[in-house]
Amino acid sequence: MSSDDAFLRIEGISKDFGKFQALKNINLDIRKGELVCFLGPSGCGKTTLLRIIAGLETQSSGRIVQNGRDISLLPPPQRDYGIVFQSYALFPNLSVAANVAYGLVNRKVPRAEAAKKVVELLKLVGLPGSQAKYPNQLSGGQQQRIALARALATSPGLLLLDEPLSALDALERLRLRGEVRALQQKVGVTTIMVTHDQEEALAMADRIVVMNHGVIEQVGTPLEIYREPASPFVADFVGKINVLNALSEGDGRYRIGARSFQLPGAGHSVANDGTIRIYLRPEDLLARNVEDDDPHSVWGRIQKIEFLGAFCHVRVALEKMEDQPVTVYFSLNLLDELGLAEGSRLRIRVMAERMRIFHAAQ
Amino acid sequence: MSASATAAVLHGGAVPRLRTYWSDRIAHLLLLVIGMTLVVFLLAPLSTLLVKSVEGKDGAFVGLANFVSYFESPSLAQSLWNSLWVSAAVTLAVIPAAFVFAYAIARSCMPAKGVLRTITLVPLLAPSLLSAISLIYWFGNQGALKDLMQWLGINSIYGAPGIVLAEIFSVFPHALMILVTALSLSDARLYEAADALGTSALRKFFTITLPGAKYGLISATMVTFTLVITDFGIPKVIGGDFNVLATDVFKLVIGQQDFERGAVVGLLLLAPAVLTFVVDYFLQDRQNAQLSSRAVPYAPRPAPLFDWLMSAYCLLVVLLMLAVLGMAFFASFVKFWPYDMSLTLRHYTFGLVDAEVNVAFFNSLTLAFCCALFGTAMVFIGAYLLEKTRGMDWLRPCVRLLATLPMAVPGLVLGLSYIFFFVHPDNPLNPLYHTLTILVLCTIVHFYTTGHLTAVTALKALDNEFEAVSASLKVPFYKTFWRVTLPICTPALVDISRYFFINAMTTISAVVFLYSPDTKLAAIAILNLDEAGEIGAAAAMAMLIAATSTVVCLFYLALGRLVDRSTQGWRRPAGSS
Repeated sequence: MSSDDAFLRIEGISKDFGKFQALKNINLDIRKGELVCFLGPSGCGKTTLLRIIAGLETQSSGRIVQNGRDISLLPPPQRDYGIVFQSYALFPNLSVAANVAYGLVNRKVPRAEAAKKVVELLKLVGLPGSQAKYPNQLSGGQQQRIALARALATSPGLLLLDEPLSALDALERLRLRGEVRALQQKVGVTTIMVTHDQEEALAMADRIVVMNHGVIEQVGTPLEIYREPASPFVADFVGKINVLNALSEGDGRYRIGARSFQLPGAGHSVANDGTIRIYLRPEDLLARNVEDDDPHSVWGRIQKIEFLGAFCHVRVALEKMEDQPVTVYFSLNLLDELGLAEGSRLRIRVMAERMRIFHAAQ
Repeated sequence: MSASATAAVLHGGAVPRLRTYWSDRIAHLLLLVIGMTLVVFLLAPLSTLLVKSVEGKDGAFVGLANFVSYFESPSLAQSLWNSLWVSAAVTLAVIPAAFVFAYAIARSCMPAKGVLRTITLVPLLAPSLLSAISLIYWFGNQGALKDLMQWLGINSIYGAPGIVLAEIFSVFPHALMILVTALSLSDARLYEAADALGTSALRKFFTITLPGAKYGLISATMVTFTLVITDFGIPKVIGGDFNVLATDVFKLVIGQQDFERGAVVGLLLLAPAVLTFVVDYFLQDRQNAQLSSRAVPYAPRPAPLFDWLMSAYCLLVVLLMLAVLGMAFFASFVKFWPYDMSLTLRHYTFGLVDAEVNVAFFNSLTLAFCCALFGTAMVFIGAYLLEKTRGMDWLRPCVRLLATLPMAVPGLVLGLSYIFFFVHPDNPLNPLYHTLTILVLCTIVHFYTTGHLTAVTALKALDNEFEAVSASLKVPFYKTFWRVTLPICTPALVDISRYFFINAMTTISAVVFLYSPDTKLAAIAILNLDEAGEIGAAAAMAMLIAATSTVVCLFYLALGRLVDRSTQGWRRPAGSS
């Protein structure tokens, strides 16, 4: 990305809390109009980074440039963003209309015009006609929509969402994440969302920034993050994955237990004879249409079937690597179709090209 | 590696700070003003007290000479001993009595709990010395039950017996409040688990109830002891020639102008209060940690015999309290005790007017009103700035400490240090001495902490991100304060304001050093009337204060309802507005 593309540029941001380094030299460019998710476990620094962008915390070093303007040292009111918190932070004693118009009133927007804008925004977030209600008369999801309308009312250049869906119950969370994404695309506002929920990040983001221990582990599209995790942490944190101890034999050959795999393609520049770890998603182990002469087809025995509804997690001990059983996803229908039960033998095709290789030490 | 190296390089410079937004400067300035006010009207006077205790008459440093001369004076050392044993005796009597009462309220199915509890709070509405006046009518030289008392072996109520009895009545509500809170914080599951294990009631009491109320008991004990040892009014009225520290201070400073040894006594009085403060500070955390958020509150089940016993006990206590209050009330209408028992309003009319105490009463009202208004404003704005604004990080812990410090300073000590500080001719604030302004400021500072803690609790209940959202919407903090914070917190404001008003009406200890004939207060007028032998008028004045406090309490109750209706409508769920 050329530097002109960046709507928000984060350069070398670090944050220390006493001896604890919450953020270590973070560099990141965010394009205009995209939705970027900061994803990571609690304590990874994602919220701190968001709060630094908002001016609610001060970085220990580094620079932030928004839309060509250095905002590193500007107090929050002089920056240009709207923010939505996990707690909604709606003013409980003000009506929905007064909440949404809170920022407008201060900008001396004429009353009639503000009222019109409120109508527009409430329609946008799918709650038309709720002007006179008070926040505690609304459900969590509705409150969060109002908070979103309030943040968007002043048409900010940047929208910051701090775990906006975490306080909602599961169903409402699913519904709202689609709506928020649709809304964001409709308005076209550059958006940063902090979340610890990988599914949410995968479903909503244009790009995901995976963070851990105050550093960025990987930046990429949801598919890149999922398919090509750049580190064991990312592979582990995003989605389910099988981790297999293996030995590198050179020339793209790897041995797991007593079985060798030849990995196609370059890019696996792991030293010979090193102990490594192979990361492989459960869905990259196939049970259907396995050809006998496929070099990566392996016999295995089902050790355990964990029933989860439409899908089952099936633990399979593959021949010659029995001490490292793998998890494979089966649909309930497929189990029926193939007549599989605990103890059954079956053939599995390992999609070796999907294997990700990391040093064991990593 | 390279990342940390770069970070290290970047760290070479100064730590960056955000520029300050103009509206934040207002917040900083206000915080500074409040901090300075507390420095001038709390820290500086207290420091003067400390300095005074190690200074000679000429202002030279004399080390501990004042302390030595104090302890070498047999009469003063006697007062120290008197204060200690009287306070200990009162504490030993009040804590078990209040504990049983609190136990009845928190753990029994006694009927009319609300009424019984409300009556026990009534003494808080009058100056503490009301009980002393009442005891004089009951057991004094012309007392109604003097013979009974003498038959019991007590020769005269004046002195230690009177002080102990009067203090028991006046501190009982304080101990009770703490103990009720402590006993109400309990986890029913502990008792259910004990029942499931077949534990006896006695064992449950000693293994669950008592340990659970441990911190409350310690706190109540220390508070009681401190209140008694620092109380001035009761020993003044009923102490006779039985000297205690609190009356000594007054005699030394006002009577003999012996500021140096007065300062020594002040420090002696400060010690238990500071100790209470420190112990309480550490206990509070433990008390809160004791009860997890998942605890299920204990709900007592009817137990006829136990409930009946508890009711009988509480009724007895309440009757005794009513006897004390009632006697003062009755006596204030008696024409000439005990010779002419006909009823009259004479004490309220001529008695009070003659002594020019009508002025005092209006002074008290003015003081209470000013404290309720300005005190509430200062306390709430101070708490708001501390809790909800940012910047000036060096100042915040200092102001926080200053706001909590008054809890550790008995009124008597505060008043004493005000004399030392403001009477000094070189002090530019010297003209404040003897004015109503200094009485208002002193009273606000004296009762600052409770109001501050109430405000902080109310503010902490608000979403922490209101200010962040407002800033992102470019709304200055004071607009959000006015439109959101203040309306939500009005119930707390009403509470704080009532607390200031009632305490300003009834306080004696701090202001007794600071008034002039023009700024005399009603509670102090009681002392003067008593000294002049006008005990009927003294009782009338005490009743007048109690009545005013009651009316004001009712007014605040109504105000609270009104505020609830007009500003808290948003709390109600849909459809019930």
